[in-house]
Amino acid sequence: MATITRPLSSAERAAELNVITRKQRSLWQDAMYRLFRNKAAIAGLIVIALAATMAILAPVIAPYSPTDYFTNNGKAAPTLAEPFWGDPKYYDPTHVFGTDAIGRDILSRLIWGARVSMLVGFVPVAIIFVVGVSIGMAAGFYGGWTDQILMRLTDVIYAFPDLLFLIIIMATVRNTDIGNIMGGLILMFTAIAIVNWVGMARLVRGQVLSLKEKEFIEAARSIGVPDRRIMIRHLLPNSLAPVIVAVAFGIPSAMLAEATLGFLGIGIRPPTATWGVMINEGFQVFSTTPWPAILPAVFIAIVMLAFTFVGDGLRDALDPRMKI
Amino acid sequence: MLRYVIRRLLLLIPTLFFVALITFALAHAAPGSPFDKNENRPLPQSTIDRLNRLYGIDKPIHEQFILYMGNLLRLDLGSSLVKDRTVGEIISSQFPVSAQLGLQALLLALAVSLPLGVISALKQNSGVDYASMLFATIGTTVPSFVIAIVAIYIFAVNLKLIPIVGWGTPKHMILPTIILSLGAMAFLTRITRASMLEAIRQDYVRTARSKGLSEQVVIVGHTLKNAMIPVATILGPATAGLITGSFIIETLFSVPGIGREFILSINRRDYPLIMGVFLLYAFLIAVANLTVDLVYGLIDPRIKVAK
Repeated sequence: MATITRPLSSAERAAELNVITRKQRSLWQDAMYRLFRNKAAIAGLIVIALAATMAILAPVIAPYSPTDYFTNNGKAAPTLAEPFWGDPKYYDPTHVFGTDAIGRDILSRLIWGARVSMLVGFVPVAIIFVVGVSIGMAAGFYGGWTDQILMRLTDVIYAFPDLLFLIIIMATVRNTDIGNIMGGLILMFTAIAIVNWVGMARLVRGQVLSLKEKEFIEAARSIGVPDRRIMIRHLLPNSLAPVIVAVAFGIPSAMLAEATLGFLGIGIRPPTATWGVMINEGFQVFSTTPWPAILPAVFIAIVMLAFTFVGDGLRDALDPRMKI
Repeated sequence: MLRYVIRRLLLLIPTLFFVALITFALAHAAPGSPFDKNENRPLPQSTIDRLNRLYGIDKPIHEQFILYMGNLLRLDLGSSLVKDRTVGEIISSQFPVSAQLGLQALLLALAVSLPLGVISALKQNSGVDYASMLFATIGTTVPSFVIAIVAIYIFAVNLKLIPIVGWGTPKHMILPTIILSLGAMAFLTRITRASMLEAIRQDYVRTARSKGLSEQVVIVGHTLKNAMIPVATILGPATAGLITGSFIIETLFSVPGIGREFILSINRRDYPLIMGVFLLYAFLIAVANLTVDLVYGLIDPRIKVAK
C-alpha cells in the first residue's frame, strides 16, 4: 500500500472511492441547465422568439400596411372579409385572416400589433430594472431618507391595484402633448414604469438588507473595497435571481396592461395596430363576425401563457425554494 | 385591539388625502376645459365663462382644491359635468349593481376554489391535481377579457344560450359573474393548494394520525383551519382584483354598474365623476385590506395585532 503524502484532490478522492464525478458547474450554469430541462419553459421561449421575430420583421412579412384600407392594387379592400376557415362566401383569398370593419388586413395588423406588444413589454421593464435596481440598492445600502421616501411611496402604491393607477394616469395625461407622441406609446412606457418601479426597488432593497450583513460583504469591507464596488460586484450579482424572476413576470404584465387599456379605449391611439385596440374595435362588430376580436385575443392569450411558463421555469431554476 | 383599529382608520386619512391630491392634480393638468371639446358647435365664450364660474373652474387651482376637500369632508363629491346629477347620486344608483356582481363573483370564486384547492392538495400529482393546476395557470394568466370574448362567442353567438349584453335577469348575470370570478378563483385555488400541502406535512398532523384519529377528523379538524390562514390574507388583493376586473367585465357586457360608468366618464372627461369613483375605490380597497389584517390577527394567534 502506498502511503499518502499529500492531501488528495477531489477528483483523485473520487477516483479512489470509485465514484463518477461531473464537471463543476457554476450557479448560473446550474440554473440554465434546470431551465432547459423544463419543457413548458422551452415551449414558452420558442413562442416568445417567434413573436419577437414577427415584431422585428413586421415591415417585411406583413402583406399589407396595418393602417391602410386599400389593397396593394390601390383598390378599397373588402370590409369584414371572413378568414380562410370562415364563411367561404365572404372570404377573400388576398386576406387570409380576413379584414376588419374598415377593410384593414387583420393578419398585417396582428403582425404589427406584436411589435407594439413587444415594445411595451420590454422598454418599460428595462426602465423599471435600471431605476428600481439603482434606487433599491441605494435605499438598502445606505438607508436614510432615500429609504424612508421609498417605503412611504410603496405603501401608497401597494395599497391599490396597478391598473387603477394606470387608468387614472392614462385618463388624464392622454389628451396632452405628451400623450400624443408616437400615438401614445411614450406615455404608455412612462405610465407603466412609474407605477411599477417601486415594486422592483423594494424587492432589491430587501435583498440588499439581508445580504449586506453576510460575511462576504464584511470581508470585502475589511480589505477596503469601496462602496460602489461592493454594490456592483458583490451585492448586485447576489441579489439578481429574484430580480430576474420579477423581470420575467413584469414583461407580460406590462403587455397585459397595454392590451387592457387598449381594449378599454384609453390606451394607444388608433389607428396604431395593437392587440388591445384590435379587440376594442373588433368587439363593435362582434355579432356580425367575431374574428377581428377573437384573433388578437387568442394571440394575447398565447403570448401571456408563454411568458408565464418561462417565468415559472426561471423561478424554479434560479431558486427552487421560491416554488409555490 | 380597538386602539389598533382606530390607528389604522386614522392612517386611512393621509392615504386618501394623497390619492385625492394625485387625482386632483392629474385631472387639472389635463388640457382644455371640459366644455370646449365640441369642435363642431363651439359654445360662445360668455357661456363657457359662465359654466366655468358655475363649476368653480375659474378659481385658482389651490382654492379649487381646498373647496373640493372641504366638500369631500361633507361627503359631497360635486356634480357631474356631463349628466344633470351629482356624483353622489350616480354612485348610489349604480354602485349596487357593481357590488352585487362583485359579491356574486367573490362567493363563486370561494365556493369553487376552496374545495378544488383542498382536493388537489390531498390527491397531489393525481389527474384532478393536474387538471386544477392547469385551470389555475390559465385562469391567472389569460386575461379576463380574452376569456370573456371567447365565452361570448361560444355561448351567446354560436349556441345562443344567453343574451350577449345587458343586465337584469339571472340569464344576463351568469357569464359576467363567472368570468369576473375566474381570476380570483384560479389564484385562490393555487394558494389553497399550496397552503394545504404545507399544512398536511406538519408534525401535529402526523401526531393526530398516529394517535389514531380518522382521516376526516385530521383533515377537517386539524389541517383545514391552518390551511385557511394564508387564504384569508389573499382576500384583500382578491377584492382589489375584482374591482379592477369589474371595469373590464362591465364594459364588455354593458352592465350598468359603476365600473362601466368610470370608463365612460374617462372618455367624456367628466373629472368630478372620475375623481369621485376613484376615491370610492381607494376607500373600498383600503377598507378591504384593513379587514383582512384584522381577521388575520383573529384567526392566527401567532400574529399579534395590538402593539
